[in-house]
Amino acid sequence: MRTPSRLAGLLHAGRFVVTAELSSVDSGEPEAVWRRVEPLRGVVDAVNCTDNTGAHVHMSSLAAAHLLVEKGIEPIMQLAARDRNRLALQADLLGAAALGVRNILLMSGDDVTAGDHPEARSIYDIDSLQLLQVARNLRDRGTYLSGRRLESPPVFFVGAVENPFAPPLDFRPFRLQKKVEAGAEFIQTQLVFDLARFHAFMGRVEDLGLLERVFVIASIGIPRSARGTHFMKEKVPGLSVPDDVIRRMESVPPLQQPAEGIRIAIELVEAVRSIRGISGVHLIGIKWEEGVVRVAQGAGLLPRPVAEVVATVGGGA
Amino acid sequence: MGVIERMTVAVEKPLKEAIWDCRMCGQCILHSTGLTCPMRCPKNLRNGPCGGVRANGNCEVFPDRPCVWVQAWERSRKLPLFRDHMHHVNPPVDWRLKGTSSWINLVTGRDHKRPAGWAAPESSAHA
Repeated sequence: MRTPSRLAGLLHAGRFVVTAELSSVDSGEPEAVWRRVEPLRGVVDAVNCTDNTGAHVHMSSLAAAHLLVEKGIEPIMQLAARDRNRLALQADLLGAAALGVRNILLMSGDDVTAGDHPEARSIYDIDSLQLLQVARNLRDRGTYLSGRRLESPPVFFVGAVENPFAPPLDFRPFRLQKKVEAGAEFIQTQLVFDLARFHAFMGRVEDLGLLERVFVIASIGIPRSARGTHFMKEKVPGLSVPDDVIRRMESVPPLQQPAEGIRIAIELVEAVRSIRGISGVHLIGIKWEEGVVRVAQGAGLLPRPVAEVVATVGGGA
Repeated sequence: MGVIERMTVAVEKPLKEAIWDCRMCGQCILHSTGLTCPMRCPKNLRNGPCGGVRANGNCEVFPDRPCVWVQAWERSRKLPLFRDHMHHVNPPVDWRLKGTSSWINLVTGRDHKRPAGWAAPESSAHA
């Protein structure tokens, strides 16, 4: 099936892609989304719209993704199994496709206990792997999980996440394999700071023959302050920040820490770019679009391919 | 629930709770998970650990407890049988079976019923 996802087109054409994240929005105004995403125009190929990230409530990823489509910026809509049962998940996937969303990223989600409503009931009706397969069945077979037929199948490029740095380390490449078997066409990883471990992980992924079956995009965090790196290490589930990164941030005065963080991120981009099977980078600067722009510039990732070029290469799964 | 199933549950439930901290999902996959009940995972994951596992191997949600799936992986490596089951994609849970006897469901095949739209996607190599 051919899909008009621009991200898929670039990846299939062998281009090194750049994605970033829309900072979470706590507003009912569309301008709040547009204001935050505008600095990323022309800097990245697609923008993730997170789904109640860190289990904190924000504007829905479906609405934010649609607002990006309206402005001609390609979204990657995240969808977490935490907050919806299989009915609501499938309904949102169809709705997203109808609203022009062409990339979806499916995950279990950080637990509600990590968020601002820890007393909430979490759902977890199906898990992230099952959700991947449900999405592929919607698209490829035109059926709901129940088996009932759709009038017409939705079109989207199906993504998943994987954390190469969380135990059990030797199972993580197999978990990626399971996600590919369940239908993942691209992967965005957890933030890469530990390059040695990431190399080992990608080596195993290659041994399993997965590089021909899935595009792997490495996430690069842009540290803004020494305090921020401490927070990431201690508070963000599943994130490992090596002590030498923290020491490096602490070694410069606070006013120079953003510049140091950008240097660290640029070095990481260059390092992961040389790893076989890495098809792109996902730049994460929390509420710091300028940081994303500076890293993209500094790492030589600009200019991005223009839409017309991509349209001619087309592409799809 | 008929009398035979009630009697079976009366044996199965205390036994499996005592040994495996079983949650009586009624569609047991203990043999696939190194005899570790996956329903103890607070995210109900049936296909391996989430990305939130702590560096010490403990659960994202319960920091003082080991991750159920880290245990499942390690224990499954020591089992002589079913080791490859950790690589299988397990289907969605049928929540109607919760509290029923997985032994009876195994015999009747009720725990092997999949939703009609559950099918593995075709593999697509891209390069």
